[in-house]
Amino acid sequence: MTGQRLLEIQGLKVHFRTDDGWVRAVDGIDIGVDRGETVCIVGESGCGKTVTAKTVLKLIDMPPGKIAAGQVMFEGRDLVPLPSEAMQKIRSKEIGFVFQEPMTSLNPVYTVGHQIAEAVRQHEGLSRRAAMDRAAEMLRLVNIPNPERRVHDYPHQFSGGMRQRVMIGMALSCGPKLLIADEPTTALDVTIQAQILDLLAEMKQRLGMAVLLITHAMGVVAEVAQRVVVMYAGKVVEEAPVGALFATPRHPYTQGLIRSIPRIDRAAISHARLEAIPGTVPSLLNPPVGCRFAARCRHAMPECTAAEPPLREVAPGHKVACILYPEVRS
Amino acid sequence: MTNYLTRRLLIAIPSLLGISVILFTILALAPGDPFEELATNPAIPPDVRAHLRASLGLDDPIHERYWSWLTAMLRGEWGYSFVSRIPVDQLILQRLPTTIAVIGLAQIVALCIALPVGVYAATRPYSLFDQVANTLAFIGFSLPTFFTGLLMILLFSIYLDWLPFVFRTDIEATGLNWWWQMLRQTIMPIMVLGLFQGAAWTRYVRSAVLDVIRLDHVTTARAKGLPESRVTILHVVRNAMIPVVTLVALQMPAVFGGAIVTEQIFRIPGIGSLLVTSILSNDTPVIMAVTFVFAILVIFFNLVADILYGWLDPRISYR
Repeated sequence: MTGQRLLEIQGLKVHFRTDDGWVRAVDGIDIGVDRGETVCIVGESGCGKTVTAKTVLKLIDMPPGKIAAGQVMFEGRDLVPLPSEAMQKIRSKEIGFVFQEPMTSLNPVYTVGHQIAEAVRQHEGLSRRAAMDRAAEMLRLVNIPNPERRVHDYPHQFSGGMRQRVMIGMALSCGPKLLIADEPTTALDVTIQAQILDLLAEMKQRLGMAVLLITHAMGVVAEVAQRVVVMYAGKVVEEAPVGALFATPRHPYTQGLIRSIPRIDRAAISHARLEAIPGTVPSLLNPPVGCRFAARCRHAMPECTAAEPPLREVAPGHKVACILYPEVRS
Repeated sequence: MTNYLTRRLLIAIPSLLGISVILFTILALAPGDPFEELATNPAIPPDVRAHLRASLGLDDPIHERYWSWLTAMLRGEWGYSFVSRIPVDQLILQRLPTTIAVIGLAQIVALCIALPVGVYAATRPYSLFDQVANTLAFIGFSLPTFFTGLLMILLFSIYLDWLPFVFRTDIEATGLNWWWQMLRQTIMPIMVLGLFQGAAWTRYVRSAVLDVIRLDHVTTARAKGLPESRVTILHVVRNAMIPVVTLVALQMPAVFGGAIVTEQIFRIPGIGSLLVTSILSNDTPVIMAVTFVFAILVIFFNLVADILYGWLDPRISYR
């Protein structure tokens, strides 16, 4: 963690206006990604992880969304105040984005080759021919058979997994330094999920870009992450290298997430029910004072609801926002 | 594609036959006699009238009359008008250019309003522009053309005296001046029809664009780094055009129908007024021919809509 980080999100707050008031979807988070590193943001639905990812490229709808505070530093430059023309040069060229829904993320009326070529032409000013060649090259890179022929096919002629490969190829077509993948495997069935994760790992190895992967699946985290950020109700509650997180999860929420992973070895022996975290996520319209997880936490104490626990380093590289752990100076 | 077209055209034949049977039967059952006027004319004795009816085959059983109409039609003989004695096909061809010019220009006006206003409103939903455009579209769509037509005549022809309100085919002018006179007398019907259609289509374009603008692939396009204008035109409007074009094509025959009223108000000698005057004078051959032409238009524009749909949406294939 020396020198300038590739991406450094600092104190980011993203709020959405609704009829009932402002929803604080992301409420003051710090996340950093180093060059060539894979960071996972994990958390349940509605914890603000997708909003965080989209905010990096300013892809949230504004209005109703609003970046209320904070910075998104990319290579030392804050993206938040950038005008839209400058932002367009970052998108795809510097930061590629893969969306959750491969079935709806491609435009049905253009061929996949055209859609990849569109990004290439926008950023590199290549001719139509050269851009199509690049599109075919990208399809080959993401292991789509017959790429020269498939560039002329429409999205509906591809399966879900194949479309996600196309999306990854598109996101990588301009050689970005960072790839943000927002739940890229959630909409796919399990065998395809594994293939897509393998593909992401392979691409990372070959192209050396950093990856910010958003997921709710701990299994995905274990497979691909180097560092993990656990989000809960718009806050970061724990951040740790992947090994440390699974070996010694500190935050009760993280512990709950790890216990709720179905394990075939345990299920076969004990016939126990899969453990779940009781309760639901608090409303982000009026988040509770103090620790937001307190209402669902098995270790909750009166102090938990008094003040919000800050994110503190409890072991080298391992930060947690919970009063159970004293700060350790590393 | 050729296969598909051939099949569609073959399917059109039984539909047209069915339509012609229904039209013919309704006209035969309708009250009224084309020689009504002769009955009140003392100079013409009743037996002459009866003879005239018999010579035109009006007393034959209905199926025989239909059969002779059909065989004549297949030979390309559309018959003669009872009133003016002019061949029906000539009557229609005389009036078709005026109707097509007025309706065609009105449609162009409508599209020129609906597309930009609808798209602009949809990209800024609930903005001031959107609300004003929506309200105006609602008003324009709710007012019938016979009302706005009369209102315009009252304002521009009577109070302001800027425009003529009776359409003249015998303009005594040449060159530029002729075009100027033509424009002056067609501008009101064109605007009346165009604004009415434009209002309806604006609402339709807006909702079609709003449906597309929220879709994931639009965010993908934005994430590619395309400028907002390209995202809107290439990824939003292009997709939103699929239902809009279909609707416009399907509405074309209905527009011809709607033009009947407008033509009547502005005294435009088009197909619509031909139909109305022939209905009023029980001129069966003309009514039959004009309604049959409308039926052909309906079938034709349905086919056009299907072809455009497939051309715009690659997910549709013709087999």
